[in-house]
Amino acid sequence: MPEPMLALSGVNTHIAQYHILHGVAFEVPRGGLTMLLGRNGAGKTTCLRTVMGLWRASAGSIRIDGHDVSRATTPDVAQLGVAYVPENMGIFAGLTVRENLLLAARSGAPDARRLEWIFGLFPAMQKFWNALAGNLSGGQKQMLAVARAIIEPRKLLLVDEPTKGLAPAIIANMVEAFRELKRTDTTMLVVEQNFNFARSLGDTVAVMDSGRIVHTGGMDALAADGALQTRLLGLSLDSHQ
Amino acid sequence: MSTAAAAPAQDPASALPVTRLDWPPLALIPAIALAALPLVGSLPTWVTLTVAGLAMGMMIFMMASGLTLVFGLMDVLNFAHGVFISVGAYGAATVLTRMTRQMQAESLASDLSAMVPAVLAAIALAGLLGWFFERVLIRPVYGDHLKQILITMGGLIVFEQAIHVVWGPDIIPLPRPGTITGAFIIGEAAIERYRMAAVIVGLVVFAAMWLLLNRTRIGLLVRAGVENPEMVESLGYRIRRLFVGVFVAGSGLAGLGGAMWAMYQEQVNAQMGAQMLVVIFIVVIIGGLGSVGGCFVGALLIGLATNYTGYLAPKLALGSSILIMVLVLLWRPRGLYPIGRA
Repeated sequence: MPEPMLALSGVNTHIAQYHILHGVAFEVPRGGLTMLLGRNGAGKTTCLRTVMGLWRASAGSIRIDGHDVSRATTPDVAQLGVAYVPENMGIFAGLTVRENLLLAARSGAPDARRLEWIFGLFPAMQKFWNALAGNLSGGQKQMLAVARAIIEPRKLLLVDEPTKGLAPAIIANMVEAFRELKRTDTTMLVVEQNFNFARSLGDTVAVMDSGRIVHTGGMDALAADGALQTRLLGLSLDSHQ
Repeated sequence: MSTAAAAPAQDPASALPVTRLDWPPLALIPAIALAALPLVGSLPTWVTLTVAGLAMGMMIFMMASGLTLVFGLMDVLNFAHGVFISVGAYGAATVLTRMTRQMQAESLASDLSAMVPAVLAAIALAGLLGWFFERVLIRPVYGDHLKQILITMGGLIVFEQAIHVVWGPDIIPLPRPGTITGAFIIGEAAIERYRMAAVIVGLVVFAAMWLLLNRTRIGLLVRAGVENPEMVESLGYRIRRLFVGVFVAGSGLAGLGGAMWAMYQEQVNAQMGAQMLVVIFIVVIIGGLGSVGGCFVGALLIGLATNYTGYLAPKLALGSSILIMVLVLLWRPRGLYPIGRA
């Protein structure tokens, strides 16, 4: 069995005096899309930030592509080929779309073919190429945040609530973009509250509650089990049809 | 490194929310100047005061621009910035007082042979001190404003005393080079050569900073870092190295401003930087924390207002700066050109 792209084992995270993650352990298989689900405050964002090195794990092990990054700095994690789209999107409002993408292309000017591919996923990026990112709509900012994360091929993409606050048409665009991304080699770990989005894209799933992983498995199995959904998430996917 | 990237095949400029120049803050500069004209009464006096105000504004900009970047990028309240100004001034004075023969030659080339090394010494000395401050004093207190205030105020006091130890307690007179001494007359207005030189140097510094920030990858990183340092790190860049670079560059600029200010005052003393600190903080706040463009406009506004008020009601000169800050913050609470910090 191939080594997982991301493996967390016994990860604890403290923020000031608060103990947020309690022995978090799960794996993200290579090449697939893993959904990290859970109620508000379950620790999903903290989990992503801990993987990214933005908050330091106080105990446990985090391995990315075989490298131990438990004590790594954020730039070290990023340079392993990890891209991160935070919940607030983290776009640079005072920079243009072009400058946002240029900055994310660490190896120099973005590859023209890659850029064309991104314009195919998110046509608004081409349309608003020279616009200030701060002037974009919420959906366009989310597209920019994802586009920035994939401006160069990445091994692992960490995305925090990509559909949060977006209109249905934009969510549909986002679903298509993630489907296209799944055809590449990129492994993805996506935190999501929109269950239909999660079900339509997820290959595997990890569910968190109170800073702990309470379920891991295939997305299909969770989607088919209304009782499990209700127990883990407080409501059933069926109620979102 | 150039930031030029392949533009998409379709020109998007016609399609979009157009980014318009935010002109009202810029319009304040001519507005203040024109408003002062009837109050001053005499056109030649107004021209003289306006050039003096612009020169003062340029020098304040040089001293303040580094502080605004340090504020914006590193979220550091550096009350020791004044000591970089003083040390820069002493560095320049040390060179200039040893090159009096070149400065009295009444030739531009000879004057430059003294001034260029003096300015370089000012930048290098202040930059070196800035590096020491960042490594030893600032680094342990990142993220803690109270400790930053205490330790940088302490640093200011200690290094002012260190200046007395190295250069002595007395004020050092600093004669200007011959070619930028005196004034030339345009119509009936007397314009000091040194002030014109200060305006030109200030414009060159602003243009260089603008090009660096807007046309290079380093500048792109600095602008992004001012907005959201955490995201810059998440993209794989080591922001700490950028912090050190910006702190050293900002200190060097303060040293350059200190050298210019010392030649303007024709003397050097250890407290000269600390004395400018209130005005510098006002300019940084007016411009918007982290905004170099805002700092430039704010410095010119303060320079002009101080000179007009100094002529019309000398006792109100500092008060005019505070009044402008209050009015600007009532109009734009985050400064003239606020940076969208995450």
